[in-house]
Amino acid sequence: MFSETIGKQSAKIKNTVERGAVRKFAEAIGDSHPIYVDEETGRNSRFGANIAPPTFPRVFDYGDIKGLDLPDKGLIHGEQTFHYKRPLLVGEDIFCYSEVTGYTEKSGTQGKMGFLLLKSFGEDSSGSIVFTSKSTVIISEAVRREMDRV
Amino acid sequence: MKMTELQAGDSLQTIQLDPVSRLDLIKYAGASGDFNPIHTIDEEAKKAGLPGIIAHGMWTMGNLSKLFTSYYEEGYIEDYIIRFRGMVFLHDTITLKAELQDKVENKLHFNVAAVNQADKEVIKGQIVFALY
Repeated sequence: MFSETIGKQSAKIKNTVERGAVRKFAEAIGDSHPIYVDEETGRNSRFGANIAPPTFPRVFDYGDIKGLDLPDKGLIHGEQTFHYKRPLLVGEDIFCYSEVTGYTEKSGTQGKMGFLLLKSFGEDSSGSIVFTSKSTVIISEAVRREMDRV
Repeated sequence: MKMTELQAGDSLQTIQLDPVSRLDLIKYAGASGDFNPIHTIDEEAKKAGLPGIIAHGMWTMGNLSKLFTSYYEEGYIEDYIIRFRGMVFLHDTITLKAELQDKVENKLHFNVAAVNQADKEVIKGQIVFALY
């Protein structure tokens, strides 16, 4: 059921790198460094602004991919990558979308495991890519069976 | 110590986190928007076949990058690649590590990992730190 979604993309969603969200996120990962949270440190830095931690894109909305209905429970995060052209700046708008780039199934001791590959993109307002990220989501047979019933 | 002074085989200062608390995970759920209840509610974790709540993989990955934060004037994390290998449970003590593997022009390639109190790698991967 996931194979049909390969190549499908979500529509771009405008996200803002909000100061409060960055502060909360930095706190939650125990990294309240002044470059993330202190305005003066940001102004005096090479960026002229505060920046966001590299895993901050977890917060962004990437829009819905048609036909891809992932359950909110039972998924296993297998791998995660981020690739940056530059750090994210606090206050800027980032346009985000995702694409299904692959789906494979492998037989294991607990039945067939599904491996869903998602690639996500973040562009600035001029359309230049700031970051891309890839996630591998593992979907167990039990979860897939549950999804088939609904 | 500056990034540019590091040689292959050198490590960044390791960080040992306080034992994982429920509040850590509730805070991360709120800050990230990941409210999967296996990270915060015992009964939901048990229903999912786990002995107890587990940390978000992205919480651990988020923590690990702080080894690099103070070097922001020298460069930035260009690539951050992580494989989630083991679960992190309440009260686990996680240690964050980064070792410089090699330097290719202005790119520093690090092996990074978070290990638990039994010295088992819970996440593992690479960071490419690009110097300006």
